[in-house]
Amino acid sequence: MSADTPPLLEVDDLCVEFRTRRGTIRAVNGLSYTLHEGETLALLGESGSGKSVAAQAVMGLLDTPPAHITRGSVRLRGEDLLSMPPEHRRAARGTRVSMIFQDALTALNPVLTVGDQLSEMFRVHRGEGRKAALARAVALMDRVRIPAAARRVHDYPHQFSGGMRQRVMIAMALALDPEVVIADEPTTALDVTVQAQIMRLLKQLQDETRMGLLLITHDLGVVAQAADRITVMYAGRTVESAGAEDLYTRPGHPYTRGLLDSVPRLDRMGKPLVPINGAPPLPSSVPTGCAFHPRCPRAEPRCGREAPPYHTLSTAGHRSACHFAEEVHRAPVG
Amino acid sequence: MWRFVARRLLHALPVLLGTTFLIYTLVFVLPGDPIQGLAGDKPVPPAVLAELHARYHLDDPLWTQYAHYLAGLLTGDLGTTFTGRDVSDLLADRWAVTLQLGLTAWVLELVLGMALGVWAGLRKGKWDDSAVLFGTTLIISVPVFVVGYLAQLVFGVRLGWLPVAGTEGGWPLAFLLPGLVLASFGLAYVARLTRSSLIENLRADYVRTAHSKGLSRRRVVVKHTLRNSLIPVVTFLGLELGGLMAGAIVTEYIFNLPGVGQQLFQSIQLREGPVVVGTTTALVLVFLLANLLVDLLYGLLDPRIRHD
Repeated sequence: MSADTPPLLEVDDLCVEFRTRRGTIRAVNGLSYTLHEGETLALLGESGSGKSVAAQAVMGLLDTPPAHITRGSVRLRGEDLLSMPPEHRRAARGTRVSMIFQDALTALNPVLTVGDQLSEMFRVHRGEGRKAALARAVALMDRVRIPAAARRVHDYPHQFSGGMRQRVMIAMALALDPEVVIADEPTTALDVTVQAQIMRLLKQLQDETRMGLLLITHDLGVVAQAADRITVMYAGRTVESAGAEDLYTRPGHPYTRGLLDSVPRLDRMGKPLVPINGAPPLPSSVPTGCAFHPRCPRAEPRCGREAPPYHTLSTAGHRSACHFAEEVHRAPVG
Repeated sequence: MWRFVARRLLHALPVLLGTTFLIYTLVFVLPGDPIQGLAGDKPVPPAVLAELHARYHLDDPLWTQYAHYLAGLLTGDLGTTFTGRDVSDLLADRWAVTLQLGLTAWVLELVLGMALGVWAGLRKGKWDDSAVLFGTTLIISVPVFVVGYLAQLVFGVRLGWLPVAGTEGGWPLAFLLPGLVLASFGLAYVARLTRSSLIENLRADYVRTAHSKGLSRRRVVVKHTLRNSLIPVVTFLGLELGGLMAGAIVTEYIFNLPGVGQQLFQSIQLREGPVVVGTTTALVLVFLLANLLVDLLYGLLDPRIRHD
């Protein structure tokens, strides 16, 4: 890719706050990431870290009020989505950027057949007739490997198993070959074997279409299999971003390191798991300075005062927002 | 589905039997002699009293009387009033009036109530939403006879738009005002129910999905929200279908409409067993059918509770 081609999706310093009667809640507080064509970027964070809100801000699904995007930009191939007229924005949803939701049981409409919900994409955006659109729905279901698609297209979501339902959800998101697919915890509601199937399916579909996949998850296991690059979020902010391999072997932020130490790994068999003390902060009361400092084993007084800038670390594209990024990065894992 | 309907109709039989018996017993145990009551203060000659008692089986025990009544019912004979009129004829006339009134009110509830509810729900928090909320609260909290007299005064007497009372204008003219009065409570309730159900459903995950598909707001509301929101409203409207017929007594009284409610009230005072039981049985039947209709509509609205 030449240097002057804008990246597929570029989110820069995104800030989202919810203004409610009980005060303002800063859910996303300076999130930045870049997603390239054919790439899988994992957005990793604990629940409450603002990752779903960030995804919905990119999709334009947040209701204003109470949500307000106060700063930052979201550029799709250089075009700022946030300043687009609403009608253009709507036309881009589902066609250029689409989303896979976590729980397909509640995310699919219970009173409409899956064929109806799938073919709607072609009828609304492509102006196709009922019959042609339904045939396309069947083809889509085939593509996500739902058996007996021609028969099942007339079934309702509750008649499908969890894994099959999630396949329908994926089919819907991929219907119009979008450039960017945002998958918000796509496998969290599924059991482990089905999780693996769904992740494999996403990977295969990505190879076919060259779509950029933004994978939002809290699950390090899912990330390790699927992601090319990883952006770690804490309290609404990007704290570290790196290539997947790089991040797993040489984390540059104490929070990332804490996450890695707290899950069982084959290469660390026999060593005790170390939890991160405390709980993530409420978005209504994010600590000053580095938001992680009250839980950080390395914290020094200045961490509570100064918000750390991004440090670029040795390897390409590895950035960390920690005053001690270099030292953390140098220290061996495990 | 037909098996479901057949089963439900079979279930209705014991319910009908039970209600007729219950009502019959209640009329039976009412104190006082109905024949004497018919004559008022004047003494009734003993021979006449005995003759009438024999004709209407008034001295038989409860079981025998009820058995007579049921036997008649099976042959389509609902009995006669003490003045010698066929109960079935009497009921037919009365039901015609009540059906017109009840259905008018029901359609008003359905159309106006749901329209108001959808409008308010989509404009949540705006001034017109507040206006609907205020108005419906007011209507719900004011007794129906106050609404009735007020409507008569304003639309009938002052403005002269609609007949004040009676059935002379025929349907729909004579039934518009009483229909609206009878519907007022239910209409307000339907509006509030539709509003809250719509607002709740607009927050549902699948509505967010619909937005993420790039659909227009209109399509999101009409196709992806409305149908799901109507399930509780349909329940209420189904029960209203029966409730409006049975609850029309006050409205029929205010607007002087010779309907079932008026008839029922008079018959209870006169202790005319066959009329009371016949009227009530018909009401129960309407309720049962309305319930069945609701259950079938459920399946239509929500595939998860389809009866197959």
